Amino acid sequence: MKLQVRHKTTYRFDPPTRSMVQSLRLTPSAFEGQQINAWDITCDAGDCPVETGSSFTEGAGDHIMTVSVRGEVTEFTVTVTGEVETSDCSGVVKGLRDKVPPLAYLRQTTASWPNAVLKDLARDTLIDLGTAGVLQQAHALSKATSDALDFLPGETEASTSAAEAIGIGKGVCQDFTHVLIGMARASDIPARYVTGYLLSGSDGSAHEASHAWAELYVAGLGWVGFDAANECCPDERYIRLGSGFDAIDAAPIRGISVGEVDQEMLEELLVDVAVTQMQQ
Amino acid sequence: MSQYFNEMFDGASVRPPYSTLEHWAREMSADLRSLKQSEAEALFRRIGITFAVYGEGGDPDRLIPFDMFPRVFSAGEWRKLEAGVKQRARALNAFLADVYGRGEIVKAGRIPAHLVYKNAAYEKAAVGFMPPLGVFSHIVGIDLVRTGPEDFFVLEDNCRTPSGVSYMLENREIMMRMFPHLFQESRIAPVEAYPNLLKRTFASVAPQKCDRDPTIVILTPGHFNSAYYEHSFLADMMGVELVEGQDLFVSGDFCYMRTTEGPKKVDVIYRRLDDDFIDPLCFRPDSMLGVPGLMNVYRSGGVTICSAPGAGVADDKAIYTYVPEMVRFYLGEEPILANVPTWQCAKADDCKYVLENLKDLVVKEVHGSGGYGMLVGPKSTKEEIEIFRHKIEDRPDNYIAQPTLALSTCPTFVEDGVAPRHVDLRPYCLVGKDVELVPGGLTRVALTEGSLVVNSSQGGGVKDTWVMAE
Repeated sequence: MKLQVRHKTTYRFDPPTRSMVQSLRLTPSAFEGQQINAWDITCDAGDCPVETGSSFTEGAGDHIMTVSVRGEVTEFTVTVTGEVETSDCSGVVKGLRDKVPPLAYLRQTTASWPNAVLKDLARDTLIDLGTAGVLQQAHALSKATSDALDFLPGETEASTSAAEAIGIGKGVCQDFTHVLIGMARASDIPARYVTGYLLSGSDGSAHEASHAWAELYVAGLGWVGFDAANECCPDERYIRLGSGFDAIDAAPIRGISVGEVDQEMLEELLVDVAVTQMQQ
Repeated sequence: MSQYFNEMFDGASVRPPYSTLEHWAREMSADLRSLKQSEAEALFRRIGITFAVYGEGGDPDRLIPFDMFPRVFSAGEWRKLEAGVKQRARALNAFLADVYGRGEIVKAGRIPAHLVYKNAAYEKAAVGFMPPLGVFSHIVGIDLVRTGPEDFFVLEDNCRTPSGVSYMLENREIMMRMFPHLFQESRIAPVEAYPNLLKRTFASVAPQKCDRDPTIVILTPGHFNSAYYEHSFLADMMGVELVEGQDLFVSGDFCYMRTTEGPKKVDVIYRRLDDDFIDPLCFRPDSMLGVPGLMNVYRSGGVTICSAPGAGVADDKAIYTYVPEMVRFYLGEEPILANVPTWQCAKADDCKYVLENLKDLVVKEVHGSGGYGMLVGPKSTKEEIEIFRHKIEDRPDNYIAQPTLALSTCPTFVEDGVAPRHVDLRPYCLVGKDVELVPGGLTRVALTEGSLVVNSSQGGGVKDTWVMAE
């Protein structure tokens, strides 16, 4: 499937920043499930020049780039446009140049930390399976996550942890993903947080065009994606951007802006994403 | 007869390297001694070398006690130590280059994968990037103890940012000022080249993109840090800038320092803060101590960070057990320095043994340092042992245990004369284009009679360490 992405992120600062630095994980890497036909990132800071570092590929296979602006910035915009050819690999991530040992992804973070409720849910889910293989266990944990949470925006925040989300019983894709990777790691299955784009409505503007899901490691098969929020494995509607231990670590944009000392700076964030299918 | 090896006395006779000192101490009157001791203290106060102790409260500018009686090694003893320390430093660096690269030692089954990759000090962000010359740990501090004439054991490795080298240099400086004749009568190998060698080491690992004399800085978390004195001391000695995170910034492919003449590109950063705090865009997002974007510059070859992020995975106490294996695997050599036998409480059999023998063992936290959170069985009460038993049963993988070593003693000035006190040694091995070791190190001494804990945070002191010239 040929997908077209337009992703515009705008930051507004009041009062203006003195300087800002961002690390962008905004370029998809090729693997069997996706080929990148075109990809472009442009940054605009009004009158201030934007310094762009060279892109490099980190151990996990993601392309990373630094952008920085010095001077008074009131508005900063990152615009991504691209064209990706995808195919359905049933969630299996094959052919990604990834050098990080999967065992490194057994480490929990604050966001994924499993409390007793999550640990019990993971254990109860897997006990019923008997001697099933890791792939079945992964599917079961994903289904348990889908069952445990209702998809409902506005109930959780960016900083909500897996443990908090399971208590609330509702959440968005980020919460589903933290719950799933928290339970997977607690069950000794390496798991990571993945960000990307999803073609989710015929008009291309449906919710969650900017999306997140989990990948769990299955020996012999490799990393396999699970989208608990949508009760499926990623297929040709998905574009994979990058991965990390949790939402913060995997964030497509990680930035810091410095304002005047002792002065509160209001930061407004506007995100506009559209994923559309191109006509053949 | 003591069960401990006395470094000065062999029975009633004095071992050769100590002959001058034995005479010197015997001849020194009590008055002169107390005069010199207060002179030393005044000198330390004046140069400002103090050591804050975590979690103790009290005077943060407390002096670390200095004992005037030097600790001495013969040239022959040092040759063996030097070869052993350098060998270990090379093996540790080879291990780091391997586990952030192809992971051959794990694939070969010589070290369990989970000990390395699940380790909290293993940095995912460091995978796949080879720092200049393949060096990850540029200053390797190796803690050694001695139990007999030929018996040295490595207690632990420090691959991140081992502190204490300023004491090595200052202790010598002060001894030379107070007792110049001792240095005329004996041929003692100098240690003063250390700052120059350190600077040369940093310059040798400048990034390939650096096409001029590299700019080196020391990055400190600030004056609240307990080792701040050392950071400023080393910056002074090397003639480089001491900076805090806010003094540096990232632009494009490089890192710059703010100066009065405008931004200046920085090539090598000797960072004295932990990985977690280096870069809020890669590690802890709430840390303002580091430099936003620094890890991107580092990983695209624009700056060298010393030690490399992730170097800590080599000095973890659970990994320590496998260092002799690293020496064999990477260097094809037999280890010159032995490890202390270590029981891993994470292993059921080991844990059982440890719990049955707590009164004879030293138990340490896997990630602990500074002598905190440890149990010295023979010196502990029944209650203390029981508390530790529960801790180990709760989290066995958090603990290792070692036999209580019969640490050697060295003559030390005490209230009523000279008496043997237990010592250890930390030499500082430099790894860059060359592997170098100045003849000396930091000798720590347990000032309390009978105590085996030499950490300065636990009431230990320091001594000048002499290596006799060939």
